[in-house]
Amino acid sequence: MVKTGFKGGVHPPYSKEGTRDREIRKAALPKIVRLPLQQHIGAPANPVVKLGDHVKTGQLVAEPGGYVSAAIHSSVSGKITAIRPFPHPLGSRMPAIEIESDGWDTLSEDMPPVGDHLSLSPEQIVEAVHRAGIVGLGGAAFPTHVKLKPPQNVRIHTLVLNGAECEPFLTCDFRLMVERPNEIVQGALLLKKAVSSERIIVGVEANKPEAIESLSRAAASYREISVESLEVKYPQGSELQLIKSLTGIELPKSKLPLEAGFVVQNVGTALAVFEAVVKGKPLYERVVTIAGNGVKEPCNLLVRIGTLFGELLEQAGGVLDDAAKLIVGGPMMGLTQHTLDVPVTKGTCGMLIFREDQVEVADALVCIRCGRCETYCPAGLPTARIGLAAEFGKFNIAESLDVMECMECGCCSYVCPSKRPMTHYMRAAKAEIMQKQQMEKAASAK
Amino acid sequence: MQNRFLVVCSSPHFRAKGSTARIMFDVIIALLPAAIGAWVFFRGRALVVIIASVAGAVSTELIMLRVRKRKPTAADISSATVTGILVAFCVTSTFPWWGAVVGSAFGIAIAKHCFGGLGFNIFNPALAGRIFLMHAYVARMTSWEPTYFETKELSSPQPTHAAEASPKVDGETYATPLGKVKEGILQKRSTEEIERGLPSYWRLFVGNRGGCLGETSALLLLAGAVYLLLRRVIGLHIPLSFLGSLGLFGWIFGAAPMVGGGVFRGDPLFHVLAGGAVLGAFFMATDMVTSPMTPKGKVVFGCGCGLITGLIRTWGGFPEGVSYSIFLMNMCVPLIDRFTMPRLFGADFKK
Repeated sequence: MVKTGFKGGVHPPYSKEGTRDREIRKAALPKIVRLPLQQHIGAPANPVVKLGDHVKTGQLVAEPGGYVSAAIHSSVSGKITAIRPFPHPLGSRMPAIEIESDGWDTLSEDMPPVGDHLSLSPEQIVEAVHRAGIVGLGGAAFPTHVKLKPPQNVRIHTLVLNGAECEPFLTCDFRLMVERPNEIVQGALLLKKAVSSERIIVGVEANKPEAIESLSRAAASYREISVESLEVKYPQGSELQLIKSLTGIELPKSKLPLEAGFVVQNVGTALAVFEAVVKGKPLYERVVTIAGNGVKEPCNLLVRIGTLFGELLEQAGGVLDDAAKLIVGGPMMGLTQHTLDVPVTKGTCGMLIFREDQVEVADALVCIRCGRCETYCPAGLPTARIGLAAEFGKFNIAESLDVMECMECGCCSYVCPSKRPMTHYMRAAKAEIMQKQQMEKAASAK
Repeated sequence: MQNRFLVVCSSPHFRAKGSTARIMFDVIIALLPAAIGAWVFFRGRALVVIIASVAGAVSTELIMLRVRKRKPTAADISSATVTGILVAFCVTSTFPWWGAVVGSAFGIAIAKHCFGGLGFNIFNPALAGRIFLMHAYVARMTSWEPTYFETKELSSPQPTHAAEASPKVDGETYATPLGKVKEGILQKRSTEEIERGLPSYWRLFVGNRGGCLGETSALLLLAGAVYLLLRRVIGLHIPLSFLGSLGLFGWIFGAAPMVGGGVFRGDPLFHVLAGGAVLGAFFMATDMVTSPMTPKGKVVFGCGCGLITGLIRTWGGFPEGVSYSIFLMNMCVPLIDRFTMPRLFGADFKK
């Protein structure tokens, strides 16, 4: 039975045909990689290597800069050629470690395999995940070990495995679910052990029957795992919406799912956990979907983290002459790039190239109060009113209308007939409010 | 590619099809059946009034945009066209074309642009135009004439039809169905006597009865409404709550003030079909700019419209109250919006 669930949401053209049948291919070894020290939510990592050092593939090059942070490992073997700010997919420049590959791809033996879900204790699993620098691979890149440490008084009852992949174009999770279901299930069992939860629910959108089938088969002998088919609707893969769809429980955004007994992990993350714990492989490569009508051969590539976009696009057959937009991530929440000189990070799940004909430049008109944005807002926000408040700089009104609950999924902008940049208004209001809060905090600290 | 100019902008990078201009255009399409009906029932005069009204609305829009130094967009023009058609739809067939121009110009210039233009007006411009005309030209706005077909029936006396329809001409005047009811109440006639003078449901439904140009035919208005519903330009919240509450009110109190009538003996169907309720409920109360945004708010708004319409018709001085009811409820929209916020995701979570 297909699970429906949350209110709101939209049905953008899914456009997954281009890559859904492309098997994951290993990308060529990059000549250079740039590893930004900030690839995750939290504090940036601190380099533990010096200029000129020689490193092996999988060797630790930067250690976590705090509890909410993640270790970074070299994705090639070679020489450190620079540690300085470079263009970052989030915009502007951020410090990164540049490594020139020696072409040998010599593996480091720093991280031996530790065991499997039967032999290890929860603490050992979390420790291995922490050491491997694993972050959520669905896009947000939240350090995974933090999610595996619930507050003292909370008992985790459910591990949710997110295989919704609701963003159009992206098929990297789909390919992993079809090609490597057993490893995903083993990874999920490790995660379950780590948080001592009772059950595992895997949520996959109903438009991926092959993935549901392969995961169901892989999980058949484990009674604690159930694979559920979800209604095809964006943003089904959003953490809180997914929990609602699968269990009927609505958590407010101010609440961490962890505090309510839920742990949500992406299927790709489960695979990374399996590789880290059972095979001793830190997170230095990931699958990236390269798609869009501006790329010659759309594909799914297993890419070394730090590979530059320009180099990667060549492996997808290059781009068409009228390519006009490069998006990192999906078309609903992805970030546009102004240069190809940015690296793949741990959170990069896709790269889309749009030709000129797909680049919409529309003049925003006035709000006609049609209310569509509010009807389709999965967070149940009065978006039209927040948009107007933000447009006229009334950020205190936006704040009182709960704009901080916005997850910037893009549904409001998607449906607006006046082509208003609704999501951008939300973002602007949130940034203003956060800045104000920080200033107030600083003022009260004095 | 390396040296290319890449577009950088905020997400999402996909947009649904559809635009504000398309919404307005859909409303125009939906009004066409009733416009053709106006022409069929009231002949060429109706067309002249409609065209003059639209021309007045669009030219006023262009002038006002010029004055306010805004560039006209397709959305502005098409929305002004809708206003023009609607103003024409709520004047009588005997109304002069220049009067319609005055009405639509008032609606656009005063009710719309003085409040900030498209999206910021509190009142439905077309209704503001109609109410202005109602007060500026009372006599012209209340002198009715029978439809083309009714006139034909009158000239060829057929006793069988006369009993049913009896578009009886008392001297020189002719009254709309609601006008007859009001007149009957004021003259303290019996309910039976009043009912004898009213057209059949079928006549009311197809629109072969006196009234404003576009309001007479429920059939043709509903045809347009179905199109709007299918195109998802309007929802059922406002029309159903409007017509439902009006019907309910009519059933409870519709016959009450009449001699021999009583509570719960009114005629809900008559109330829905006889005046401008169908036009108002589907095309005027549903105006996005001047109605609430949430489903809950829309139901409150629709019920308010139905209730006030019923009150005016039953106890008020005018035979009809659709335009005033929507106008009054337009004023309440900010308040309704404030108290009918969408439910925040996770709002009911308790730990």
